[in-house]
Amino acid sequence: MLGRTANGLYWMFRYIERAENIARLIDAGLRMALTRSGSTDEDWDGVLQSAGVREDFDEVHEKLTSADAIDYLLRDRANPSSVMSCIDFARNNARMVRTALTRETWEATNECWIELKLALSKRVKPADMPEVIGTIKRCTALIRGAFHGTMLRDDIYNFSRIGTFIERADNTARILDVKYYVLLPAIAKVGSSLDNKQWESILRSVSAHRSYSWVYDGDYSPANIADFLILNDRMPRSLGYSYDKIVSNLGYLAKLYGDNHAAHETASATLMLLRSRTMDDIMEQGLHEFIEEFIVHNNRLGEEISEGYRFYR
Amino acid sequence: MGNTPLAFDEMMNADTNPRQPYENYHEWYEGQDRARLIAKSRDAENLFRKTGITFAVYGHEDSSEKLIPFDIIPRIISGREWRKLAQGIEQRVIALNAFLDDIYHKQEIIKAGRVPRELIERNVAFLPQMIGFKPPGGVYTHIVGTDIVRTGEDQFYVLEDNARTPSGVSYMLENRETMMQMFPELFHLNKVRPVEDYPKTLRQSLASLAPPGCSGKPRVAVLTPGIFNSAYYEHSFLADMMGVELVEGSDLRVVDGKVKMRTTRGYEAIDVLYRRVDDDFLDPLTFRPDSALGIPGIMDVYKAGNITIANAPGTGISDDKAIYSYMPEIVEFYTGRKALLENVPTWRCSEEDSLKYVLEHLSELVVKEVHGSGGYGMLVGPTASKKECAAFAEKLKARPSNYIAQPTLSLSTVPILVNKGIAPRHVDLRPYVLVSDKVQIIPGGLTRVALKEGSLVVNSSQGGGTKDTWVLED
Repeated sequence: MLGRTANGLYWMFRYIERAENIARLIDAGLRMALTRSGSTDEDWDGVLQSAGVREDFDEVHEKLTSADAIDYLLRDRANPSSVMSCIDFARNNARMVRTALTRETWEATNECWIELKLALSKRVKPADMPEVIGTIKRCTALIRGAFHGTMLRDDIYNFSRIGTFIERADNTARILDVKYYVLLPAIAKVGSSLDNKQWESILRSVSAHRSYSWVYDGDYSPANIADFLILNDRMPRSLGYSYDKIVSNLGYLAKLYGDNHAAHETASATLMLLRSRTMDDIMEQGLHEFIEEFIVHNNRLGEEISEGYRFYR
Repeated sequence: MGNTPLAFDEMMNADTNPRQPYENYHEWYEGQDRARLIAKSRDAENLFRKTGITFAVYGHEDSSEKLIPFDIIPRIISGREWRKLAQGIEQRVIALNAFLDDIYHKQEIIKAGRVPRELIERNVAFLPQMIGFKPPGGVYTHIVGTDIVRTGEDQFYVLEDNARTPSGVSYMLENRETMMQMFPELFHLNKVRPVEDYPKTLRQSLASLAPPGCSGKPRVAVLTPGIFNSAYYEHSFLADMMGVELVEGSDLRVVDGKVKMRTTRGYEAIDVLYRRVDDDFLDPLTFRPDSALGIPGIMDVYKAGNITIANAPGTGISDDKAIYSYMPEIVEFYTGRKALLENVPTWRCSEEDSLKYVLEHLSELVVKEVHGSGGYGMLVGPTASKKECAAFAEKLKARPSNYIAQPTLSLSTVPILVNKGIAPRHVDLRPYVLVSDKVQIIPGGLTRVALKEGSLVVNSSQGGGTKDTWVLED
């Protein structure tokens, strides 16, 4: 496989994952606004931070309003992480690696682009938000379905999966990074309705408010929420689960190509860390420090993969 | 305009009966509900959009990807008509390759005084780098798309020999695929010769011309300028259908005397490169130094016999519009027989008498730039305003050798589906030819159709559409 093709697949799936996660963040933000009285504009501050675009937003907007924040996250092409930009990038990458994709995967991607371009051609009215968010989730789910149902399990598949999980781990870690303080046991006023809403919002932004209840019997506690998002290896958006997938896909590549790179060591070390720690260990080290370090390592892994498999050179 | 009533209608005779190749189709059509056909036609468009069969139009910012309109009424050619065409095309393609071999070696045709020396040697499409070099298998133009127009029952003319990088073959394949999906019953009623083997045949044909330096199974790749090129869809489609890599210049590098591509496991050699990048951009060390699309040093690898480039660099000299007018002589010179397919009579504006004639008859003629393509920069006299003609006359006088002129042919028509039923529109035909140790012509090709009533311009960049093209078994 061409290095450029591996790169295209990796980024195609990173952008699809990102588009979906941004839609989820917006969804959680809208939900917060519905369940709180008074001005909610500042809630979007956290959403923009979780999306990693807080500073960029300030460059084009004088003040923060919920309407502008939503528009910036959803359709502003000046924002490289807006849903529309992500889908543009994903489809451009898909076009570049067209020969590596099945017809079904390509068509699902192309149709997603056609549909979202239409749905996001104008500012979305608040009343239409649920439908638009639903469209984004449905379109990206269709790509995933076509991909899983039709793609050969070879290196093409592995690079695509690695892209998905590096992005997912990054997104989940960012959400935790922004909201970590709500999860600190020392500060949390357990049982206050404000914290309950905050916790629910975190879970909602990773589409896990229902599954959390199943796993922890509906018992909202900061330690459990952190455990669910960081260590739980059954939660498909947790850091642990993401690294499990990254390590296994890198493992298939090592077997297929017969060699290891720095990326293999980095990924395994991170997975070991996630498997050997308990939530108590992490809280003791400092949740914030732990997450920040994780994000740095995750970024480094991305670079090592692109070097090891000659994405650019 | 005014030429529509006189044009040869390929479907209907003057007595309102269908011509023989269209008999079955016509009977079927008469039994169809028009609303259903119009709905099908819309389905087809959605299918093309969904598949992403688009082309980029340069200079349109908001609509950078367009669909080529597809018309659901097929263009049908009888087996007898096709055999005659195919013989003429084969003769012409053989002559093109012989001509290229000659002008890059002994130049006998120039010595014999049949083609003027300056026309070759001062032509930008003539590459001195190719002098004395024989490409693998002696083949220069591996893939040819011969543009043919029809004006009557037995009158066919070659309009252009596209011998560099003819495009459009993906539309030929997708059009057939779409027709078979939408109207399977038509393929029971008519015995239509298949076209879907094209990618397989292309791959075999390319692999059979591997360079002397290739050991083992030849590795083929398609070279594209990238996703922003107007024909990118076709490049990826062909690579996909052939099951070969689609590469860009940035993927390739000359390593140890071979052209190699950067893979996830390191550099791997390519033996045959089907390039969809123009000569100028192929090798910045040999041609345009600012080219980012090519591979520095590929020409040295080529000349050392370590890669096959298809089509060969320098083939453009054979399909140049200035050379075109010499094609009857060229065919006769190399095949020893008169050309089976006629050329459109052509005035070379570089010749004083011709220029005079052209200027006097501008409103009747089509004037084309010698190096132009895609219908850009040409004047269609009969449909141009007086002002446009006058402006063009000035350009012509300023650089006469840059132009040729041809009579406006009354191109044949095939009906297209319109809201009110069917209506005749002018068409041309581009059959695709593959050259290796043999010449293989795909039965049919791409029919391009001018969608505007009376229009003779079929180019997709100028609002033309396409049709599925059937060659019947008979």
